[in-house]
Amino acid sequence: MSNGNSTMKKMLLGLVVLAILSPVGVILPDMFKAGSAWGEWDTNEIQKMVGFVPQGMKNLADLWQAPMPDYSFKGWEEKGLGMQSLAYVISAAVGMGIIGGIALLFGKIVKQKE
Amino acid sequence: MHIPDGYLSPQTYVPFYAFIIPYLGIAARKVSKVLRSRHVPLLALGAAFSFVIMMFNVPIPGGTTGHAVGAVIVAVILGPWAASIAVSIALIVQALLFGDGGITAIGANCFNMGVVIPFVGYYIYKLISGSSEITSPRRWVAGAIGGYVGINVAAVIAGIEFGIQPLIAKAPDGHPLYSPYPLSVAVPAMAIEHLMVFGIVEALVTALIIIYLQKSDKTLLTIYGGAR
Repeated sequence: MSNGNSTMKKMLLGLVVLAILSPVGVILPDMFKAGSAWGEWDTNEIQKMVGFVPQGMKNLADLWQAPMPDYSFKGWEEKGLGMQSLAYVISAAVGMGIIGGIALLFGKIVKQKE
Repeated sequence: MHIPDGYLSPQTYVPFYAFIIPYLGIAARKVSKVLRSRHVPLLALGAAFSFVIMMFNVPIPGGTTGHAVGAVIVAVILGPWAASIAVSIALIVQALLFGDGGITAIGANCFNMGVVIPFVGYYIYKLISGSSEITSPRRWVAGAIGGYVGINVAAVIAGIEFGIQPLIAKAPDGHPLYSPYPLSVAVPAMAIEHLMVFGIVEALVTALIIIYLQKSDKTLLTIYGGAR
């Protein structure tokens, strides 16, 4: 028997640390004045960059209203970096919980017996 | 690399959906043949890790941002099929819950990040690591190169998906209907930023975890190969 369980506990702890550190992912881009990822601009940015918004893009862009858009909450866009960081940590925790839960469920359904 | 809604035409995103749905079914069957009960938590940890590492946006000063995907380290530990499942779960939740990546683009995004990165990365890792000892430095070097190449191949493919849009979907007046930049802009843009920055991030993530596992629990590096 390996020490697999203790490694998995350490990995889980590692994920908790990553969730707490996740605001680095909003603070660094802010510090270095980096914008959206390439090809992930919203229609306002496209308008500025290209001079128009392609018709098909206009039709599809707002197809889906995500409950926690951009790892934040609706109306928190103007709340500054501190609140954005808090929203980010909450998003990391919620996202990991849901994704880990789905993967766990999937694994339990398909797994081989020992 | 999370393509939003509105960038891909239906003639692009529909075929990707048509591919990814049966693909994930096949992946589930492949995983069911090798996944042992005690490794199920690893699959969950892998999916959660891929999700959270994608939140670490790395800036190019004054330019764009990007991130690692964590797909290659999951593939190294659990195999590329399991990595496809783990990363795809993360991508689908990112699209639905956080609006990161479009609903229409789920098929394409799962293909780029959930199929291309783990398969390219894993087979490069396997090729380079060969029959070396589990604790050999060759293993983490192989992981680093697998991570670097895997994410770069996916970036070029995403660049092609963006770049063909002005060719295949035009309004009667000649204006593009979806992603407006041609291949000559989209492919180099996606390639250069991943070659210079984000590829290195995926390489580091992969190599550091392999080094950690070599020191702390090397059995985790024998799961996939050893399971057959």
